[in-house]
Order: sequence, then structure tokens, then C-alpha cells
Amino acid sequence: MALIAFSLIAAVVVLAAMFVIAARNPVHSVLWLILTFFSAAGLLVLIGAEFLAMLLVVVYVGAVAVLFLFVVMMLDVDFVEMKQGTLRYWPFALLVGVILLAELALVSVAGGSVPTGNMDASPSAPTNAEAIGYVMYTDYILLFQLAGIVLLVAMVGAIVLTLRHKPHIKRQDIAKQTGRRRVDAVELKDPTPGQGI
Amino acid sequence: MSNAIESLGSLWGPLLVLGQIGLFTLVLLLSIAFLLLLDRKVWAGVMMRKGPNVVGPFGLLQSFADFGKFLLKEIVIPAGANKAVFLMAPILTCTLAFVTWAAIPVAPGTETGTSWVIANLNVGILYLFAISSLGVYGIIMGGWASNSKYPFLGALRSAAQMVSYEVSIGFVIVTVILLVGSMNLTTIVNNQDGGIQNWHVFSFQYFPLILVMLPMFVIFFISALAETNRPPFDLPEAESELVAGYQVEYGSTPYLLFMLGEYLNIVLMCAMMTILFLGGWHGPIALGPELTANLPPLLLSLAGLAWFMGKVLFCFFLFALVKAIVPRYRYDQLMRLGWKIFLPTSLAAVIIVAGYVTFVGGLS
Repeated sequence: MALIAFSLIAAVVVLAAMFVIAARNPVHSVLWLILTFFSAAGLLVLIGAEFLAMLLVVVYVGAVAVLFLFVVMMLDVDFVEMKQGTLRYWPFALLVGVILLAELALVSVAGGSVPTGNMDASPSAPTNAEAIGYVMYTDYILLFQLAGIVLLVAMVGAIVLTLRHKPHIKRQDIAKQTGRRRVDAVELKDPTPGQGI
Repeated sequence: MSNAIESLGSLWGPLLVLGQIGLFTLVLLLSIAFLLLLDRKVWAGVMMRKGPNVVGPFGLLQSFADFGKFLLKEIVIPAGANKAVFLMAPILTCTLAFVTWAAIPVAPGTETGTSWVIANLNVGILYLFAISSLGVYGIIMGGWASNSKYPFLGALRSAAQMVSYEVSIGFVIVTVILLVGSMNLTTIVNNQDGGIQNWHVFSFQYFPLILVMLPMFVIFFISALAETNRPPFDLPEAESELVAGYQVEYGSTPYLLFMLGEYLNIVLMCAMMTILFLGGWHGPIALGPELTANLPPLLLSLAGLAWFMGKVLFCFFLFALVKAIVPRYRYDQLMRLGWKIFLPTSLAAVIIVAGYVTFVGGLS
């Protein structure tokens, strides 16, 4: 049963990933990418890493890919034109592919040390989240905090790059807007006819 | 012979799940029909109108008449539309809205610690959060595939709005997870046993935390309004500016699916509020074990189901009231509320609750 499920989901992942690069419309590409992410989450559920699977869906499918789709929809890129002449780069593509394949082969030959999911479904076994938490906050605490610092630097960098202080910008002050009273905003006049104010 | 029975036994599991799915779907569809009517009736009542009152007694069959009308109309696809994506968007919205209900526990089981639920997931609350965050795709895809300006603007607004408010919803959920120490929905509900004061919205078992959890409930409620594109945050379909937002080009069955998905998501948010904050199926007064021991367990389960449905109905009534009495927000106000008020508040609440759990106790 698990084998059938794995084969089905893996086939969907591979096919969807192929359509990501094969699709003519960039928006279709992103939609295929989303399907790839989602099916990969399915693979994670199959090896018992349900927490990671949910995080993958929440973070990548639910947030990152939405922003991605957002940007791609706004851009008016002609993908067909961009793709012309891509065949020239086949030696590089081949090189990258061979390197990736070699790495995968190395991992599968080395075997043994490859971490597998928490397949133990007994109630006493720690849940996914607990297991990840124990490892992350003990053995890998330094790396974890380092990752946090990298993200912080990236965030500060993004803000520095985009923050502009322009002098003549009208800004809205919500407190000022809601703090307005009738007395400050409305003045009743009684103009005499023919004279005006 | 025994072989046949055994193979029947292995078939029993999947068949049971299929039956549960069918039952959930049927009950959900039927309740949506009447909740829609309730929504319109409440809206009308606030405005001192009568609301739908022609089809059936008190207009009870109005939703079924609408349903028939939607099904019989012709499906119109705009000429420049991206056909596949255009038709997939409403199907996706509706499917995702149904799929979330697989993890919702609706009543206590006959044994302690169990519940009436299709899939009792360890990461139940994350599953709900994950799937409901996918709902935005239906809207974006619909808006983009319509190949028209108003739907596209509506879709963009909706994407920004849903991504923004998801963040504070996530933090509010984290406070509850911290208190309970589990992401299992049944465990979360059972943590609120023992009377109304123990519901997470009041949190008397973690005494001063009512000061945090009550505001968190309010934040969750308001964020849920924004997440489901309900008034006062219905800017993606603000009819005075965008006609009907991402739904402009939709009619007939695709529109029906959009609307069904939208209302299912609203009811889902009500169910999430019930489970996370309002004690799920637990009644406001705790019955001691000496009282419940003599009652048949099935009766207790049904009573729990009644409480659960009552609370969901109460939350839905609040949703309907808000629609009727609050004027629509401006878009910059909406973004400001989400990022500058809710996000810092809920983040502070996470830190306070984490501190409470660490130093005062709570996690076993």
C-alpha cells in the first residue's frame, strides 16, 4: 500500500517538476511548482515526517509560492522569447545534472547514516515536533542560532535596500484622523444673501 | 469462509472512512444551505427587512431554490480566459474547503481521549492551518484566469490580505499550542474540560492568562473575518469598487463552488474558534464522573455534538452580525491593522505565554 502511494506521489512530483520547466506560460510554471511542493509534502507524510510535511505546505506552498505567483503574474515576461537559444547551454546543464546524480549516488552508496523519519507510531514515542525540537535545541543549537542571524541580516538588508526617505511625502496619521472632532472639522456659517462670506 | 470474513474485515476500515466522509459531506452541505439562509436573515433583521421569505415556510427552502438555479444556468467562459485555470480555481477552492474537515473532531468518543473525527492527526492544528492557507490559490487563479481587470485587482488584494492575516492567526494558534503542549485537536479540546472557566478564552486553570487569551480570541476572530474575506474586510470583492472582485466573470456552477467554498471556510473558522478557545464539545458546567458514569456513552457523545454545533452556530451568528453592522475598512487601514497592531500583539502574547509555561508551569 505504502509502495503504491509512494510510486503515485513520486510520479506526480517528477512529472510536475518537468512541467515547471516545460510550461510555456510562466504562471502555469508556478502552478506546477506548487503542485510539486505539495506532492513533496505527501512524500514526507509517507516516511512519517508529518510535522515537516505540514511546515513545507505552510511555508512554501502557503506563503512563499503565493508571493512568487504574485510577482510572476504582475510581470509581463515573454517566456517563449526568453527560452530561445537556451539549447546553447546544454553542456552546463549536463554538468550540473551529472554532479547532482553523482551526489545522490554517493549518498545512497554511503547509506546507513541517512536519517529516516520517525516511523514509530506507538503513543509513547515522541511526536515529530518534539523530536525535532530536542535535536534542534541541543545538538544543533549553534547552527540554529546562526541560521537565525543569517535571516536577520537578510531582513535588515532588504529593509536597507528598499527604505527611502523622500522629503515631500504625505503620510496618513491614523491617530490624527480618528482623533478629529466635529468642532475642529465643521464650522457653521450664516451668510447673508447677496454678500456671501 | 473465515478467509472471506477476514478480507471483509480488512475492507471494513476503508469503507468506514468512506462512510464517515460521506456523512460529513452530507451534513456540511445541508448545514451550509441553512447557514446561508441564517446569514441573510440576520443581515435582513439588522436592517429591519424580512429577508428571503417566499420559498417554503419562512424562506427555509431558499438555498435549495438558489442551488437549482445555479446548476441549471449556462456556464459562460470569457473569450480571453485561460480555460483550464479558470475552471480549476472554483473546484480547488471548494475541494480544499471540504478537505480541512477531515481533521475536525466534532464530539467526544465513547472512550476517554477519543473523539468523532475522520483522521485524528498528531499535527491536526497545523494541518488545518496549512490547508486553509492554500485557499488563497483558488482566488488568485480565478482572478488571473478571468483575463479581466477587476477580478485581477480583487485577486491581488485578496492574496496580500490573506498572507498578512495568516501570520497573526499562526501566532494565536501558537499560544494555544504552548498552553496545551500538543497539536492534536482532540487533546486541545480535552485540555478545556471542567467547566466554562477552563475554556482557553478564559483560561482560569492558568490564572492570570485570561488577560492574554481573551485578547487573543478577539484577534483570532477579527483575523478570521479577514482570512475569509468577510465584511468589514471584503475588499477583494468590494462591489462599490471592484464590482464583485475575483468572481466577476463567474456564474452558474463555478460561482456556486466558489460560494460553497467561501461559506465552508467561514464555518471552518467558527469550528476552529470553538476548538481552540470555546472548549469544543465541553458544556459550560462540568458534569462529575459520578453523574456521567450512569449515562450511556452514546448520549454523552450526542450531547457533546450538540454543544459543538451550538458553539459553531454562535460564532457564525457573530460573523453574520459583523457583516450587517460594521462598515468596510479602507485597504491601508486593513494592512495597518494586520501588520502594525495584530502582529506585534500576538507576538508579545506568544512570548508571555511561553514565559508562563516555562516559569509558572503548565506543560506536563
